[in-house]
Amino acid sequence: MRTYQVARPPVRWPKVLIHICLIVGAVLMMYPVIWMLSASFKPENAIFSDPGLWPQQFTFKNYVSGWNALGTALGFGTFFWNSFVVSVGAVIGNVISCSMVAYAFARLPLKFKPLWFALMLGTVMLPYHAIVVPQYILFKSIGWINTFLPLIVPKFLATDAFFIFLMVQFMRALPRELDEAAKMDGCGPIRLFWRVILPLSTPALVTTAIFTFIWTWSDFFSQLIFLNTLQIFTLPVALRTFLDSTGTSSYGGLFAMSILSLIPIFGFFLAFQRLLTEGISTTGMKG
Amino acid sequence: MSTVQVQASQRGAKKGLQAEKHKLPLAVRENLVGYLFLLPWFIGLFALTLGPMLGSLYLSFTRYDLLSAPQWIGLANFSAMFSDIRFLDALRVTAIYVFLSVPLKLAVALLVALALNRGLRGLGIYRAVYYVPSLLGGSVAIAILWRQIFGQNGIVNQGLALLGIHGLSSWVANPDTSVYTLIILAAWQFGSPMLIFLAGLKQIPHEMYEAAGIDGSGPFNKFFHITLPLLSPIIFFNLVLQLIGAFQAFTPAFIVSSGSGGPYDSTLFYTLYIYQQGFGYFHMGYASAMAWVLLIIIAIFTAVAFTSSRFWVFYQDER
Repeated sequence: MRTYQVARPPVRWPKVLIHICLIVGAVLMMYPVIWMLSASFKPENAIFSDPGLWPQQFTFKNYVSGWNALGTALGFGTFFWNSFVVSVGAVIGNVISCSMVAYAFARLPLKFKPLWFALMLGTVMLPYHAIVVPQYILFKSIGWINTFLPLIVPKFLATDAFFIFLMVQFMRALPRELDEAAKMDGCGPIRLFWRVILPLSTPALVTTAIFTFIWTWSDFFSQLIFLNTLQIFTLPVALRTFLDSTGTSSYGGLFAMSILSLIPIFGFFLAFQRLLTEGISTTGMKG
Repeated sequence: MSTVQVQASQRGAKKGLQAEKHKLPLAVRENLVGYLFLLPWFIGLFALTLGPMLGSLYLSFTRYDLLSAPQWIGLANFSAMFSDIRFLDALRVTAIYVFLSVPLKLAVALLVALALNRGLRGLGIYRAVYYVPSLLGGSVAIAILWRQIFGQNGIVNQGLALLGIHGLSSWVANPDTSVYTLIILAAWQFGSPMLIFLAGLKQIPHEMYEAAGIDGSGPFNKFFHITLPLLSPIIFFNLVLQLIGAFQAFTPAFIVSSGSGGPYDSTLFYTLYIYQQGFGYFHMGYASAMAWVLLIIIAIFTAVAFTSSRFWVFYQDER
C-alpha cells in the first residue's frame, strides 16, 4: 500500500491568496441560493427593488400565499406528502432489490454471471428517454398513469442498476472467510445474506438510500409524465404548475415554495455530509 | 469468467456430502438461490428495460398516437427528421450545450480541485460549499431561480447596473444568450466531478513531485508531466459521465422556457423535443425514432471516448 499523504504544494503560492480566491468563489456559488432565501422573506414589491441580502422589511406573507397558491385543501402540504411517499417508496424499493441482486452478483455462484453482469452495467448508461415511450404505454394499459406506481414499482425491480454496481463493489470487498464460517455453522445462502452480508453492507445501503431519496425528490421528467392531476402532483410538478399559472406575477410565493422544496435535500446534506462527499469520491457517482 | 466457475465447482466439491441429503444436484440448487435473488432484476430488465427498448425500436418504424393501432411506415420517421427544422434546431442546441458545458464544468472542477489539494485549512468546509450546488442543481426550484437571475430585473442585470452597464434585457428571453444561461447552470454544478478529481489527486504520490523538483521542473512542467497524465483516467471517467449526462439534460430547459424550448427554439434540448413530440403531440412513433437516434449518438460518443482514450489516458500499471 502506498502511504497516504496530503500532497503539499510543489511551489508555495501564498496560501492567503488561494484562500481569498476560494472564499470569493464560494460566495459567488452560494449567492444565488442565499438571494432566493432572502427574497422569499421580502414583500412582493421589494424583491427586485431592495437589492440587500438582509430584507429591509421582513414578511412571512410569501410563505402563506405560496402555500395556498394552487388551491389544494392542504396547500403545498399535499405535494410535500406526495413527494415524500414517492421518495420513501423508491428508497425502500432500491435498498431491498439492489441489495438482493448485488448479493447474487457478489457472492453466489451463477451460471452466465459475466453475461448478466455486462447487461447490468450496460443499463447504467442507457438514457431513460430511449425506453420512456413504451414504458408509458405499458403503464397506461394497466391503469397506472396518475398513480405513484410507475415511480415506485420499478425501484422494487432493481432498475437503478447504478446502485447494484455500487453494492456489488462493496460486497465483493467483504472477506470471503465470512461465507465459509457461516457455512460451517450451517448457515444457508439466504441466512448468510440476511445475518451477515446485509448488516456488514450498511454503509453502502445508507449511501444508496440517501442518493435515492435526493434524486427522487428532485426528479422531474418521470413525475411530469406519469402524474397528471393536481391532487397527486409531487413538488417539482407542482412548482412547475405554480410557475406556469402565475407567470411572473408571484415571485415571492414561488421563491418561498422553492426554498421549502430544497430544505429536505439540504437537511440530508448537513446530516450526511461526510458520507455523501466520500460516496462520490470513492464510487464516482454523478451526484 | 473462469475463476468464478472454478470457485463454484470447488465449493460444490466441498459440499458434495451434504448435497446428498437434497434431491436436486448441488450445482443446480446453488444456482437456483442465486437466480432467486436475481429475480426482481430479471423482471425489471425484461419488462421495463429490454422490452421497452425493443418496443421503442418497433414504434420508431410506425405512426402511433395511442388511440389507434400503430401503423407501419418504414423509415419515414427517420427521413422526416432531416427536413424537420425543429429537429435540426434541437440537434444544434444540444450540441452547443454539450460541447460547451462539459469542458467548462470539468475545467472548473479540476481547477478548484487543484486549489483545494494543497493541504489548506478548512478543506472540509470548502468541499461542502462547492459541492452543494451539485445536489440542488437538478431541481425545479433552482431552474426557477435561474430564470429570475437572468431575467430582465434579475441579479445579473442588477450587478451589471452597479458596474454602470444599464438597460440590458432579459438573458433568458434573448435567443442569442438563453442557452448560455443553461450552460452556466451546468457549470455551477461542478461539485461532484470536483470531488472525484480531488480523490484522484490524493492518489498521486508526493515523491513524484519531489523528484521532479530536484530535476528542476517548474510548476507548469509538473502539472503537464505529472498531474495531468496521472489524472487522465479520472478525467476520462468524468468526461464520459458528464457527456452522457449532458445529452440527457431536460429540467433546466423545460423550466426556463416553460416547456416551449423557446425563444425561437434556442433552448430546445433534444430531450425536450422528444417530450414535446411524444407527450405534447402524441407522435409516439416519431418520439421513439428520435429516442433511438439519441441512443445511437450517445453510444457513438461513448465509443469515440473509449477508443481515443488509448492515446491520451495513461494507466500506471501499463508501464
